[in-house]
Amino acid sequence: MPAVSKGDGMRGLAVFISDIRNCKSKEAEIKRINKELANIRSKFKGDKALDGYSKKKYVCKLLFIFLLGHDIDFGHMEAVNLLSSNKYTEKQIGYLFISVLVNSNSELIRLINNAIKNDLSSRNPTFMCLALHCIANVGSREMAEAFASEIPRILVAGDTMDSVKQSAALCLLRLYKTSPDLVLMGEWTSRVVHLLNDQHMGVVTAAISLITCLSQKNPDEFKTCVSLAVSRLSRIVSSASTDLQDYTYYFVPAPWLSCKLLRLLQCYPPPEDGAVKGRLVECLETILNKAQEPPKSKKVQHSNAKNAILFEAISLIIHYDSEPNLLVRACNQLGQFLQHRETNLRYLALESMCTLASSEFSHEAVKTHIETVINALKTERDVSVRQRAADLLYAMCDRSNAKQIVAEMLSYLETADYSIREEMVLKVAILAEKYAVDYSWYVDTILNLIRIAGDYVSEEVWYRVIQIVINRDDVQGYAAKTVFEALQAPACHENMVKVGGYILGEFGNLIAGDPRSSPLVQFNLLHSKFHLCSVPTRALLLSAYIKFINLFPETKATIQEVLRCDSQIRNSDVELQQRAVEYLKLSSIASTDVLATVLEEMPPFPERESSILAKLKKKKGPGAVSVTELEDSKREGGELNGGGDRGPDTAAMASTPSPSADLLGIRSAAPVGAAPASAGSLLVDVFSEAGPIAPSAAVNDDGFLRFVCKNNGVLFENQLLQIGIKSEYRQNLGRMYLFYGNKTSVQFASFTTTVSCPGELQSHILSMHLCTKPVEPLVEGGAQIQQVLNIECLTDFSDAPLLNIKFRYGGALQNLTLKLPVTINKFFQPTEMTSSDFFQRWKQLSQPQQEAQKIFKANHSMDTEVLKAKVRQNVTPHSIMYRLTLRCSKDSVSRRLCELLAEQF
Amino acid sequence: MFSLISSFQMQFMLLFSRQGKLRLQKWYVPLSDKEKKKITRELVQTVLARKPKMCSFLEWRDLKIVYKRYASLYFCCAIEDQDNELITLEIIHRYVELLDKYFGSVCELDIIFNFEKAYFILDEFLLGGEAQETSKKNVLKAIEQADLLQESFDEQLHSVLTTVTDTL
Repeated sequence: MPAVSKGDGMRGLAVFISDIRNCKSKEAEIKRINKELANIRSKFKGDKALDGYSKKKYVCKLLFIFLLGHDIDFGHMEAVNLLSSNKYTEKQIGYLFISVLVNSNSELIRLINNAIKNDLSSRNPTFMCLALHCIANVGSREMAEAFASEIPRILVAGDTMDSVKQSAALCLLRLYKTSPDLVLMGEWTSRVVHLLNDQHMGVVTAAISLITCLSQKNPDEFKTCVSLAVSRLSRIVSSASTDLQDYTYYFVPAPWLSCKLLRLLQCYPPPEDGAVKGRLVECLETILNKAQEPPKSKKVQHSNAKNAILFEAISLIIHYDSEPNLLVRACNQLGQFLQHRETNLRYLALESMCTLASSEFSHEAVKTHIETVINALKTERDVSVRQRAADLLYAMCDRSNAKQIVAEMLSYLETADYSIREEMVLKVAILAEKYAVDYSWYVDTILNLIRIAGDYVSEEVWYRVIQIVINRDDVQGYAAKTVFEALQAPACHENMVKVGGYILGEFGNLIAGDPRSSPLVQFNLLHSKFHLCSVPTRALLLSAYIKFINLFPETKATIQEVLRCDSQIRNSDVELQQRAVEYLKLSSIASTDVLATVLEEMPPFPERESSILAKLKKKKGPGAVSVTELEDSKREGGELNGGGDRGPDTAAMASTPSPSADLLGIRSAAPVGAAPASAGSLLVDVFSEAGPIAPSAAVNDDGFLRFVCKNNGVLFENQLLQIGIKSEYRQNLGRMYLFYGNKTSVQFASFTTTVSCPGELQSHILSMHLCTKPVEPLVEGGAQIQQVLNIECLTDFSDAPLLNIKFRYGGALQNLTLKLPVTINKFFQPTEMTSSDFFQRWKQLSQPQQEAQKIFKANHSMDTEVLKAKVRQNVTPHSIMYRLTLRCSKDSVSRRLCELLAEQF
Repeated sequence: MFSLISSFQMQFMLLFSRQGKLRLQKWYVPLSDKEKKKITRELVQTVLARKPKMCSFLEWRDLKIVYKRYASLYFCCAIEDQDNELITLEIIHRYVELLDKYFGSVCELDIIFNFEKAYFILDEFLLGGEAQETSKKNVLKAIEQADLLQESFDEQLHSVLTTVTDTL
């Protein structure tokens, strides 16, 4: 037993604890505990009424037993009885037991709440504090219901003791977090803000947590807190280290309060009032200056407290992202920490720099530390620090240093901890794609990735390399040569076989001229891997073989032989068997022309956002992908990362119904327009079950055009937001319903939409007004909000109105402008007329400017369409061209309509 | 810029020994007993496996763990990803100082035998996972006041119960 036993020495309890500690085995301990439980139970059930002291002792023993990890199913009533004791320690133990072992037994909750109510109204500050602690510790809904209105009163009452105020503030915070609906704002709200001015530092420290939480939900009601917080902070920052007496911690004045003040300020934009802002900037500068001063103490507590404030100040500077000078200074400071002997500081500096890298003001400054960060990745002994270094390299990467960073990350991968490999692989793949100028480098990088960490290369990664090779013909020959070489390795990863199979199947011909990689050599190389592979890979290889038959007729006999052997044609796996049978049949029945058509090279994949990026985002949640990332992917959208996101599967393969994905797309739609009627019947015979499926719709890179002939649908979609439209038109009036759906689980803030009519479209041509109130500024995760737009067409028009949407997602501003699909044809009225009437009218509109004509290539397969009204269409089947002729009384209408309709075929 | 800022709310605090015995547990978020036990088991294992010179912070599930070892005891706090690690480290230190001052060079045994005091001190210092009172003097004053109430009561008790055995 320890020598010190302050306060109430409950000897019985001490003896019991000693006994437990002396138990040699788990069994002995359980035996001792069971004995004790029996004893306590008999005492509680006994006829003799227990005095308060014994009750307290037994309740305390039960608590000890519970904290050892055993279940306790009695004693609650005795604990509740202790609450109404007027002896402080009995009450205290009672409350402790309730706090630790609370359960929602309704009968008990009522009794507990009664006891709390009594103590709250006792005006004895120690009792009040105990009751408030209990509410804060339990924080249940029932307690919120009982006390949510009482506590604000205690908090702001003039005669409440400081210690009670402190407890009341944090107690209210807890209730607000569990049941925000029950804590009603009111007259007390403004008085709470003024607690920031309180004389007592402890009161400020407690109250500010509450204020921070409340102002996040009600920023406007609490915005006076900004100037109060700035002046409080300024007083602390400029005070001498002894001014604040006991609130100075190792020569640092009020570190906790300072951090909380800086945190509160992060709930708001920079102060608008120039004086307040000036004062705040001064504070931030002082904090940065102090970091350069020699330490006042060698103790780690001193530097930790000082740096805690510094990091919080840097967070605020990053949050404002508007003071280039401060951002660069912050970056330099963190740069010093990168080489600090304290591991903790190195870790935090790497972490904080990651966010600095995404600010345009400090991105360059962060980049200057690249060598140090690479060194950290190589030499840090703690994996969590290395992980931070890898994150920072990813964040600071741009076109200028991509090759170096990717090379370092690749070499780190060879020894990286298993826990972070998959994420590293994704990051390398994304950087390689995003910053590839020369695509042979990209191909090399991804193949290296598969070689080094094949197991961690997810499908998205190797799908993506194939998409890119297919879409860029300048890299196809190189890719074929490189995979061919990579496959020479005696043991290569299955993912390499997949990529190799696919690429040689498509582009093997590009290297077939070299006798060292002749068709047969290629085939034998692939087939040598076949038996070591899983079913999906084998299925892919079979498809590659049939492609070989088309590419290299000289391999036909060999391949047919392979397909014909029992292990293929009678394979127990249905998918493999079916492929073998069908491919064998196809290769023997179909003419070379048919074969060439069916097995034609894959058409380019539609450009869209990288599926890998989507995966990384999903993995890390919002915020993990830096701001620049999102913006970059928008900027470079034209190149590789297109607008919409269709999820990884569809992104990779046009249609892949089963895991044994048919990479060559034979079973689904053949490339668009590649199935002339003559081959059609034969194809259907061979693949009777696989009817032609419509090619997947193009990416909604321009949702506008898809609405020319329809009124409802999805106008826009990316991984954050979906915008749907429903519209109806009658004569010259239209009404459009816009639905904004938040696809993430995170709230969108400051959500605003504006509709504008560019140029002459303005008012006199088309009047548009939003008839409902502006949309809510907050869109909860997963929620959808609606907006109605009334439109009146005054005269004909050609431009479309623009819809601008702005919102903040995870701190990053998203800005989006879309053309609203309001087109002239929406306001047309159908007219019935006979063909002779039609031609008569047609001839009347004979002035040259009344006619608009366009000849264009079909985007979709042809279908004989009947076009009514004043539209004549000549279809020239052989050239797959359309000629569209329109005549309208107004020349501008003809022109516009012609443009619109031309895109629809 | 808008993002949800948490205000240093600690999720939970655990004290455990080098042997992995849990000495104190304080949960500031509602969890079932089963979850609590699972978290404790996992975390004790993870932290004990770390080497002395390693960083005091680690990412664990969605949370950040801040821990520090004092003699035979590990103090371990879970905070949210955005929270300030260094100030949390000093929360731990201040709590250790409070225990030290109260018990007079505190050791693990003090916390075992006076576990209820360890909880009371913690409640005075942190409430609902937020710092309530950071002044050492003020926290100890509150605790000592309670002890004074107790001692006067103990004296009365002793006069009555001197002969009654109090070992059960």
